[in-house]
Amino acid sequence: MEVDNKVKTEEVESVKTQKKSYSQNNKIATITNTDLETLQKRQKAKEITVKTVTYVFLIFFAFITIFPFYWMIISSLKTDTEYRLVIPTFFPHEFCWGNYAEALQVEGFWRALINTLGVAVVSTLLSIVITILAAYAFARLKFRGRDTLFAVLLMTMMIPGELFTITNYATVSTLGWKNSYQVLIVPFLVSVFYIYLLRQNFKQIPDELYYAAKVDGASDFKYLLKVMIPLAMPSIISITILKMMGAWNSYIWCQLVNDDKNFWLISVWLRNSSFVSAADRAASSTGNTNYPIQMAACVIVSTPLFLVFLFFRKYIIRGVSRSGTKG
Amino acid sequence: MEAKHQWKGWIFLAPALILMAVFTFYPFFKTIGITFLNGYNPLKATNQTFEFGIQNFIDAFNYPKFTSCLYNTIIVTIVTVPISTMLALLISVALNSIRPLQKILQTIFFLPYVTNTIAIGMVFAVMFSVIGTPSRFTTVGVINTIFGTKINWINISMIGGSNASHFTRMFVLCVYIIWNALPFKIMILLGALQSVNKQYYDAAKIDCATKAKTFWRITVPMLSPMIAYVLITGFIGSFKEYTASVAVFGNDLNSIDMNTMVGFIYNQIALAEFGRAAAGALILFAIILVFTMFSRWVGSKKVHY
Repeated sequence: MEVDNKVKTEEVESVKTQKKSYSQNNKIATITNTDLETLQKRQKAKEITVKTVTYVFLIFFAFITIFPFYWMIISSLKTDTEYRLVIPTFFPHEFCWGNYAEALQVEGFWRALINTLGVAVVSTLLSIVITILAAYAFARLKFRGRDTLFAVLLMTMMIPGELFTITNYATVSTLGWKNSYQVLIVPFLVSVFYIYLLRQNFKQIPDELYYAAKVDGASDFKYLLKVMIPLAMPSIISITILKMMGAWNSYIWCQLVNDDKNFWLISVWLRNSSFVSAADRAASSTGNTNYPIQMAACVIVSTPLFLVFLFFRKYIIRGVSRSGTKG
Repeated sequence: MEAKHQWKGWIFLAPALILMAVFTFYPFFKTIGITFLNGYNPLKATNQTFEFGIQNFIDAFNYPKFTSCLYNTIIVTIVTVPISTMLALLISVALNSIRPLQKILQTIFFLPYVTNTIAIGMVFAVMFSVIGTPSRFTTVGVINTIFGTKINWINISMIGGSNASHFTRMFVLCVYIIWNALPFKIMILLGALQSVNKQYYDAAKIDCATKAKTFWRITVPMLSPMIAYVLITGFIGSFKEYTASVAVFGNDLNSIDMNTMVGFIYNQIALAEFGRAAAGALILFAIILVFTMFSRWVGSKKVHY
């Protein structure tokens, strides 16, 4: 039994039980004691190897994951001369914060930023109202054809958006909405996925609450406002954040319908601007791309997303992983 | 009472349904209509002459860049989806098995999920870019420095040198797409792993099952619904890939043959060639539909519970 004190890890527990049963049988107890110790040692060594390999694997991929961010940030702080060294430096010799000032002065930045924030806020607010109303109708109200209609809506999620885009482009052109703000907002107000997400959440709220409210004489609208929305708040926050991030990242549609720079969103501005230093621009009309300034612009566009991620991680992961639940 | 409820439901749904009628249901049927109407332009008001037929599909297939777009899309799909799913599975299993550093590593692996596709794509372009002439590089870029190579990965042409090959461009694009696709998959799979009942593992331990056996006999079957989900969304997502390519290579993708199916559709819309665009969209829809149906069918046979 002298081995017992050494035994600590869970894996060895099973071995221990084996040993007990062996030692009851005196004849083989002496033989197994030595066998056990080598076995335990081998097991421990194997365990350490597995742990080491796991950590090396994870840290290697964590490094690959983080490297583009690292490269973006340090490149944004280099001078153009240092950036163009034959062998790139992995840490800037001197910090050139002026790149950020230059990036902010690139034509159209502030306009694109205000456009993006405005479009994000307005479309999120309207979209939340529409989603809540629709989710409430599907979760709580009873009317003929409700379940069929919901199934039809879910089926539209399978259709690639490009199929709609073709006709929507014609529609917005006919309406004269090209180069406007509403063209970035109105076609994307309804998201079946968010309706689905919120409906599932509303469904979890017990019916008894609804009947109690009805007995107390509350209208459907008041019940929705005072009971359902507060209880479903986490889901609503998730939807808000995902929608905001969507507006911040949207690119293709804006590129297609708005060729006027005054209506660009931040991603379109980033891809279509030429990043030339002020000195180069003064010297000639077509300067070389100044990559540190370009990288500074990338940092500026990426930072708000990181801040949102740091503060609202729980809600983002909640919204994303919800999309994976069956049913 | 019953009648009143009927009325209320439709009122609550009205805003969503009106918008969907205009921007989802109407376009769905109209686009399918456009596909089979040769010479029809929805931008022109009236008095159009057009005929019913499949000429738009023929035109789309005969369009010079169509085959290249389809080819790129298929390559991206068959390269990135299996690799990123496999990596995500390994990373989430590894993450789930450790205690120290788990939280911080998890945060790092989730980071690419919240990035702006355009911004980080431009960073990837910069990392692989070579500036200068073949004889005298201004900079070979960080990736070439790390691996000690002098490959022109993506650049259109160095002065006096040749263009980057399609293969290396595709390689960079695939690396970026995999990098970008990992966090979502890790999030889903890690969440699923953490909700697997610990009793199964305890039972395996009592039976002295090896780690590999536990992985293949418990972890993978228990995760199979989520692996299937990640695969389906991954396939659909990569068939619709376009922004990643724009982010790395810029807006003029046709000249370097890096365009994708979605890019083809958008280009045709911009050219006001609605028939060709609609034919492309319908082909994409058909591919996604067939694939989803197929994976549902496989899923119903193979996926555990």
